[in-house]
Amino acid sequence: MSNGILVICEHDGGSLKKTAFELVGKAKALAAGPVTALVLGANAGAELGGYGADKVVVIDGDFGTHLTGRYVAAVQAAIAAVSPAVVLAAASAEAKDALPRLAARMGLGLGTEVTELRNEGGSVVGRRPVYAGKAFVDVTISSSPALFTVRPNSFGIGESNDSVAPVETVAADLGGSLTSVVATEAPTSTVADLSEADRIVSGGRSVKTKDGYDSLIRPLAAAIGATPGASRACVDAGYAPHSHQVGQTGKTVNPSLYIAMGISGAIQHLAGMRTSKIIVAVNTDGDAPIFQHATYGLVADMFEVGPLLKSELEAALS
Amino acid sequence: MKIGVCLKQVPASDSRIKIAGPDAGVDTADLKMEINPYDEFALEEALKLKDAKVAKKVVVFSVGGKDAEQRMRDALARGADIAVRLDDAAFAGSDSLGIARILAAAAKAEGVGMLLAGKQAIDDDNSQVPAMVAEILGWPQVTVVDKLEVSGDSFKAWRQSGGGARDVVAGSLPAVFSADKGMNTPRYAKLRGIMMAKRKKIAVKGASDLGLDAGSVGSAGAAVTLSNWGAPKPRPAGRKLEGDVPSMVKELVTLLRDEAKVL
Repeated sequence: MSNGILVICEHDGGSLKKTAFELVGKAKALAAGPVTALVLGANAGAELGGYGADKVVVIDGDFGTHLTGRYVAAVQAAIAAVSPAVVLAAASAEAKDALPRLAARMGLGLGTEVTELRNEGGSVVGRRPVYAGKAFVDVTISSSPALFTVRPNSFGIGESNDSVAPVETVAADLGGSLTSVVATEAPTSTVADLSEADRIVSGGRSVKTKDGYDSLIRPLAAAIGATPGASRACVDAGYAPHSHQVGQTGKTVNPSLYIAMGISGAIQHLAGMRTSKIIVAVNTDGDAPIFQHATYGLVADMFEVGPLLKSELEAALS
Repeated sequence: MKIGVCLKQVPASDSRIKIAGPDAGVDTADLKMEINPYDEFALEEALKLKDAKVAKKVVVFSVGGKDAEQRMRDALARGADIAVRLDDAAFAGSDSLGIARILAAAAKAEGVGMLLAGKQAIDDDNSQVPAMVAEILGWPQVTVVDKLEVSGDSFKAWRQSGGGARDVVAGSLPAVFSADKGMNTPRYAKLRGIMMAKRKKIAVKGASDLGLDAGSVGSAGAAVTLSNWGAPKPRPAGRKLEGDVPSMVKELVTLLRDEAKVL
């Protein structure tokens, strides 16, 4: 009989990511049976007890670089050991790569990047954006377990009650891998990836040049530890790399603070960032659609606002 | 080698989305349809491999009704050689795994040695099908690839891993790759290609042609049900700040700190 929720908790070299606390807290709040935290490749996670984990299951092995086959085998072993009714994971690059493969192997249903979860008469139902957030739909999964990936920052992190969860190691045959990682190119920046970022400063095409982007958007972002983003027009014009693009054919983001500099708010862009908690828009055109979505709007020249805002923010944060 | 490319037709990214009803999904009747943008990168990569003589033929697969043929003709016009449309009453209501079963069976029947698809379709945003197809075929997968090198039977694929790093993933063909933006710049069809594409036949295959058990696809085989379609929650009304730039900036920072509490 399957029961409870298994939460895949990601970590960086043994230090748990924010999403681990967020998902364990949410799993507890769903009150759908015991909550088991799964940690791959690190003897960590006891503090998740304070957020609602009844138990931590650790699978030993080298998970330092992501290999699809190894991840799938590990989660499969954890499912066999725990028999959960639901498996939750953050919608990370790793989970989005491996969980569909696991779903196909075990014949399971998977809901991608849900932003809401609720307990409906004992079964967990997800709600997720489709069409990059232009519409939402409920996802009901009949398989057991039901798999869900969750968009980071959807629920926030609660307070710990300082409980400690027992940690137990589960053996898993991680098997051979069909692929190998032969090199890893270092990140070009030290800030969080857009899809996980808590603060984002984005620039539109009106930065006018790559220089404009580099001298206006990047320093402002750096001042508040934000990840720089860009509109599609800005990327297509070559002012920012495609990895910076926010919107329907770029990243979908969910930060606490999104500052849109010189972005008019095309529907594709709005689709990718409209769930941001606070949106600040700076644009010379007071009729730009972005202002209909902005929490705070400044009808002004971003080249004038940028440096002032940077120093005011630095002062406020110091 | 034949390379397979999975194509899905989706509403153009600048479409305004209208919900037909809570359980009827999105009303696509009046929307301009196009090839899913990420599938275009997959198609372009396959065509480049054909140009480089790594592949002899490019086969495009699409699960869909007759109206998908326009998008398939577009792919043929750009240089694809064969188009197979996968259509059967039994396919209706498929979830991602059902679609993956159909595509895997079609790829096998066509004897492709590599399969490319977009990293996600911009309508349902599921990002599931490519990895599922790979599992069903027992092939390696590399998802969200922005650079691919193929030499003989081996490949190297670059993908973003967590934290902004890029992994270089190696393995052997046959394999499945899902394409990210940045992989290439899709070509336009040339007039000659468009004329030639008009004369090409688009094959149509159903469950029995592919040896698929009808119970494993469509709503009969689906573990995922979608319901309660709706518009996004409206955002609370915001406000425009007043005054000269320095005072607006000062007020903004105060609001971010004291009212929004995001600093």
